[in-house]
Amino acid sequence: MAGILIYSDQDRFGFELLTAARSIAEKTGAAVKAVSINNPGQAEALAGRGADTCRVEGGDIRLEDTAAVARVLKKTVEALDVDVVLLSSNRRGKELAGRLAQMLDAGCLTDVSALEVRSGRIECTRNALGGATVAVQAVTTPRKVIALAAKAFAAAPEGAGRISDLALDVKGSGIRLLESRTRAGDAVQIEVAPVLVVVGCGLENREDLAIVNRIAAALKGEVACSKPVATDRKWLSEDRVVGLSGKICKPELALLLGVSGQVQFMVGIRDAGTIVAVNRDENANVMQCADYVMTVDLNDILQELDDMLGGAAH
Amino acid sequence: MNIVVAMKQIPDLQQIRIRNRRPVMEDVPLTLGKIDRNALEEGLRIRESMGDDSRVIVVSAGTPDVEDTVKEALAAGADEAFIVVDDGAGVRESSVSAALLAEAVRRIGAVDMLLFGEGSGDNYSGQVGPRVAEILDLPQVGYAGRVEMDGRTARITRVLEECEETVEVELPVVVGILADINEPRIPSVTQILKAGKKRREIMDAADLAVETGKQRIETVSNLAPETSRRREPVKTCEALRTALEKEGFLGR
Repeated sequence: MAGILIYSDQDRFGFELLTAARSIAEKTGAAVKAVSINNPGQAEALAGRGADTCRVEGGDIRLEDTAAVARVLKKTVEALDVDVVLLSSNRRGKELAGRLAQMLDAGCLTDVSALEVRSGRIECTRNALGGATVAVQAVTTPRKVIALAAKAFAAAPEGAGRISDLALDVKGSGIRLLESRTRAGDAVQIEVAPVLVVVGCGLENREDLAIVNRIAAALKGEVACSKPVATDRKWLSEDRVVGLSGKICKPELALLLGVSGQVQFMVGIRDAGTIVAVNRDENANVMQCADYVMTVDLNDILQELDDMLGGAAH
Repeated sequence: MNIVVAMKQIPDLQQIRIRNRRPVMEDVPLTLGKIDRNALEEGLRIRESMGDDSRVIVVSAGTPDVEDTVKEALAAGADEAFIVVDDGAGVRESSVSAALLAEAVRRIGAVDMLLFGEGSGDNYSGQVGPRVAEILDLPQVGYAGRVEMDGRTARITRVLEECEETVEVELPVVVGILADINEPRIPSVTQILKAGKKRREIMDAADLAVETGKQRIETVSNLAPETSRRREPVKTCEALRTALEKEGFLGR
C-alpha cells in the first residue's frame, strides 16, 4: 500500500480520520497524508495533530461544488501516490465519496462504522438491508474510497506535523452559492448524550412532552424521538431523530417510551449500554431488544414515571 | 424539459426475516425504494410547476420483474419508463448500477434534470447519484431539501448537518433528494389502470456497453447483529426506579 489520504470539510472529523488512517498504516506501512482545500486554518489544525498536510489553494474551488472538490482530490491522489482515500460520512463527505470513487475507478464504502486490516486487506463494517444486518466488506479495486461514520475512531492527539503546498489547476462546475445559513433547530447533539429518553408514536399527547423533558432532565439526558414524531407530527426537530435516517447513538442508558422498535429505528440505538422499553404491546420488536421491559400504556404511567424518576433526582 | 427520476427496486425491508442471524430473502417481494418515491414526487411537482410539456421519465435497473415495480411509478404520475433488465441482477454493486443507469440516460437523450433519492432504502450508500453525475459529466447537488426552477436555472437548497446552503446551477444537473422534502401522492384506481398503457422501453443489460461483471466490493459476511439483552420484566414504576438506581443511573 502506497499511501492513505484523509479529507473532511470538518476539522473534528479530520482528526478522527487521522486516527483511522494511522490504524491502517500500522499494519501496512503506508504513509498517511491529509489535505485541506482552501482552508488554511484546517491545514494548521491537522498539522497540529501531527498530520503531514497538503494545502491546496485554488480560487475556483468551492466546497459547495462537489464535482470540483472531487477533481481536487483526484489530482491530489495522483500527485501524492495514494491508493486509499478516507472521507467523513457526513453529508458532504458521502456526496463526495461516490463521485471521487467513479473518477478513480474505485470501489467505495460509505457509513463505515469500524475498520480493521486483516491479511493486508481493509475490512469495513457497515449496516446493510436497511439495518437488519451488519455487513463486513472490503474494496477490491487497487484504489479505494472509504467514508467513515462520526465517532468510529477517537480524535488524534496533538502532535507536530508538516504543511506543504500543492498547486493544482481545477475548474469549477458552474455551481454558484447564493446563501449559507446556520440551520434553524435546537442544535442538540443526541449522538453524544450519555442518556437518551426517546419518544415514539405511543406518546399520544403533545403536551406530555413537558413531562418527557422533565424525566430527561432528571436523568441528565436529552430527549430524542423516532422518525414519525419529527417528520409526520413535527413535535420535535429532526436533529433529535434516532435511526438509520437520523442519528446513530450509543448512550449509556436509553429509555424508550412508546417506541415500537422497527429495524430502521433500532439501528440507531442498539449499541446503547442499557435499554429500557416501555410499550403497551408485549410483542413489539423493541421488547426483544431491551434489558428492562415494561408492558403498559405509556400514557397511563407517564406522570407516575415523572414522580418516580424526576422525584428521585429533584 | 425532461426530468429523469432514477428508482431502485429493493426487497421489502419489513418482510425480511432473520434465521440463524442470516437474512432470509426468499419470497420477499420487491418494491420501489421509499426515498425514490420522494424523488419521483419532486419530479412530478417540478413538472407541474413548469406548466409546459415537461415530462417525467423513470429509469430503473433490476430483475425481469422490475417492470411490475416501475408500474407503481407510472401510476403515481411518471410519463414513461426506461428499464434495464439483467437476469443475473440480484445484489448489484453501486458502480455497476451507476454504469447501467448512466447508459440508459444516454439513450433517453436530452435530459435536463436527473433526480435520485439521497440513498436507497436497503444499502443507503448514496453513491449511485454522484457516480452517474461523474459518468455523464454533470454538476451535482445532493441532500436537496428544496428545488425551485427559473427557466433553465435551478435554485436548490442543500440541507447539511450544520447549515443550509442555497445554490444556483444551470441545467442539466443531478440532484439528490432528501427523504423529507415532500409527501408522495397515492395513485387512484384509474391511474393504476392507466399505468399499464404508458410507454415503457425495456433494454437488456447485455446489450448495453456496460461491464456488469466487474465487482469492486467483496462481502466477507452479512449477519444480523447478536443481541444479548436481558428482557427483564418490570411491573411498576417503582421497580423501574429501583432497577435504574441499582445500575447507577439515578442521582448522578
